[in-house]
Amino acid sequence: MDKKTLNNKTQIILTVFLILLVSVLFWSAEKNLNSYLVRLISLVGLFGILATSLTLVNGVSGMLSLGHAGFMAIGAYTSALLTMSLPQKEASFILTGVGFPLNTDLLSNVPFFWATIIGGIVAAIFAFIVGWPSMRLAGDYLAITTLGFAEIIRIIILNWNKVTNGALGLKGIPSYTTIWWSWGWLLITLLVIGSFAKSSFGRALRAIRDDPIAAKSMGINVFKHQLLSFVIGAFFAGVAGSLYAHWLTSIDPKPTTLGVMMTFNILIMIVIGGLGSLSGAVIGAGLFAVMSEFLRFVESDISLFGLEIAGISGMRMLVLSGLFIVVMIFWQHGIMGRKELTWNNTYNFLRKLTKGGNKNG
Amino acid sequence: MNIQIFFQHFINGLSLGALYALIAVGYTMVYGILKLINFAHGEIFMMGIFFTYFAISSGMPWWLGMAAGIAGAALLGMLIDKIAYKPLRNAPRISALITAIGMSIFLQSLAIVIFGGIPKSFRGVYPEFFNKIFIFGGEVVEKRGREIVINATRVPNITIITFVVTLITFLVLWLILFKTKTGMAMRAIAMDTKAVALMGINVNQVIGLTFALGSALAAVGGILWAGKYPQVWPMMGFIPGLKAFVAAVIGGIGSVSGAIVGGVLLGLIEIVSVGLFPQFAGYRDALAFVLLIVILSFRPAGLMGKKEIVKV
Repeated sequence: MDKKTLNNKTQIILTVFLILLVSVLFWSAEKNLNSYLVRLISLVGLFGILATSLTLVNGVSGMLSLGHAGFMAIGAYTSALLTMSLPQKEASFILTGVGFPLNTDLLSNVPFFWATIIGGIVAAIFAFIVGWPSMRLAGDYLAITTLGFAEIIRIIILNWNKVTNGALGLKGIPSYTTIWWSWGWLLITLLVIGSFAKSSFGRALRAIRDDPIAAKSMGINVFKHQLLSFVIGAFFAGVAGSLYAHWLTSIDPKPTTLGVMMTFNILIMIVIGGLGSLSGAVIGAGLFAVMSEFLRFVESDISLFGLEIAGISGMRMLVLSGLFIVVMIFWQHGIMGRKELTWNNTYNFLRKLTKGGNKNG
Repeated sequence: MNIQIFFQHFINGLSLGALYALIAVGYTMVYGILKLINFAHGEIFMMGIFFTYFAISSGMPWWLGMAAGIAGAALLGMLIDKIAYKPLRNAPRISALITAIGMSIFLQSLAIVIFGGIPKSFRGVYPEFFNKIFIFGGEVVEKRGREIVINATRVPNITIITFVVTLITFLVLWLILFKTKTGMAMRAIAMDTKAVALMGINVNQVIGLTFALGSALAAVGGILWAGKYPQVWPMMGFIPGLKAFVAAVIGGIGSVSGAIVGGVLLGLIEIVSVGLFPQFAGYRDALAFVLLIVILSFRPAGLMGKKEIVKV
């Protein structure tokens, strides 16, 4: 089949146009929709960042990292401690008081943008420290060490009362995350990771994913490439963690908030969207957010044809994980497979569609 | 620390290590054959405890209830293999691994939906003699008119039962692996699956039996675990499962004797280090993972594993 490509200028114009259109949509959404839906839209953007960054690590580089929630937790705690005001911190740390460097004016009321960046950087530094020993190991061990690492982070947060307030968690984090912040960061994430995946660096990563030995013999430094993609993934996980903390306004070290369940949620998103596709990751994130809100009905009381069925808690996760297994067994490509939603592909798809229509008609 | 306290920690660590070893063997057997980390193994352990709990609570005698729990876990293990892992035998390994994680969460949610999320107490479920405590050494002092024993090593009956049962179980496992045809097939599949299939052995059936055997061992561990820590709830399998996997890696994954050594070692290190540094007791769960990262950095094949050279 002949494929036509659009020239670069058209693509850029189309992209800018799309961003403007989406912005107008969000602007009107913020004006007209209720606050629940607005919050859901910003959650989709945030999940999109998480899914995209895990796709870089998992789908593009082929490393199964299960430590994403750990990096997210680092970003969340770092930025939340920076943006909270001093009185708010003192009200939160009722048991032990605030530890030394955090109780200064310098490390309070930091602007949200910088706090987020710092959260991301701290997460990236930790990723470097963890990645150094574990990148030498083949796939399965990496999954376990990263999972173990995320658990270590959670346990440290649980026990380091002076800094993290232990099991009580942080409360009263300013609610900064809006649609603009989360989708703006999603745009940045997509631009950075997208251009990364398209560059020679990304091609090297894909080569490593498909056959590490062949890639090595072509002169690709497997260790360096994988470590770098791991660190970049962790940076954006930290950013998303910061956004999540300021979306939720209270964080704690429970497995469901920033622990292994969160990692699993992100995994569901990228599996549904298609392992290895960035646009698929965003679609998967959107679907996951909407689906898990929609599935709340299975946990609430239902009356069906006059029959009262009591809601069963935990049903939502059962349905989601069942769906996850079914997708993995029967539909491994997910929605997008390894394809990307680009202007060229859309254009060709539309052309094919109209041509097919002509033939039939 | 005097000698009695040391013995106390040693015995506690040894009994915890025996439980880790029982769970770790299941991991290592499945990994040896399929090269798959069966993340759902910790959940099978949890389900085994739940089955036992409900079997005994429904009026069965305790020994029958335990047998039912073990059989239930073995069946569950086979079922999981049939439903989730068998269709993915020829898929990339990462897909099977992700499915295993999905299975783990699925079983957890299933347990929450069916059994409820509130921990259930095991007190009164097992017969009373499980909790009888033997006291070794120590001195009797009088305090506020009552006689108490200090500086003694206390060994509850369940700990002794744990040692005996673990030894018998491993003996049976050894007999199955080295003295039966099925055991020979299991060991052969771990070496070369294709060659075994060419010899006319039903590979899938043997893999199913391996899952059943590993799951039954996890259930044995679970039943003893519930005697030691008398509670059961849907999330309880996660951390012991992960630690048992760490134990399997420390011993050298794929090697059954390695898993036993790794399990005992991990249990001992965990309890003794908590005993020596009680102020870090909160970080106890993190220790296993630190140990894992250290072991993998310096001896990636584990203590007893062989370093495999991959031919291209």
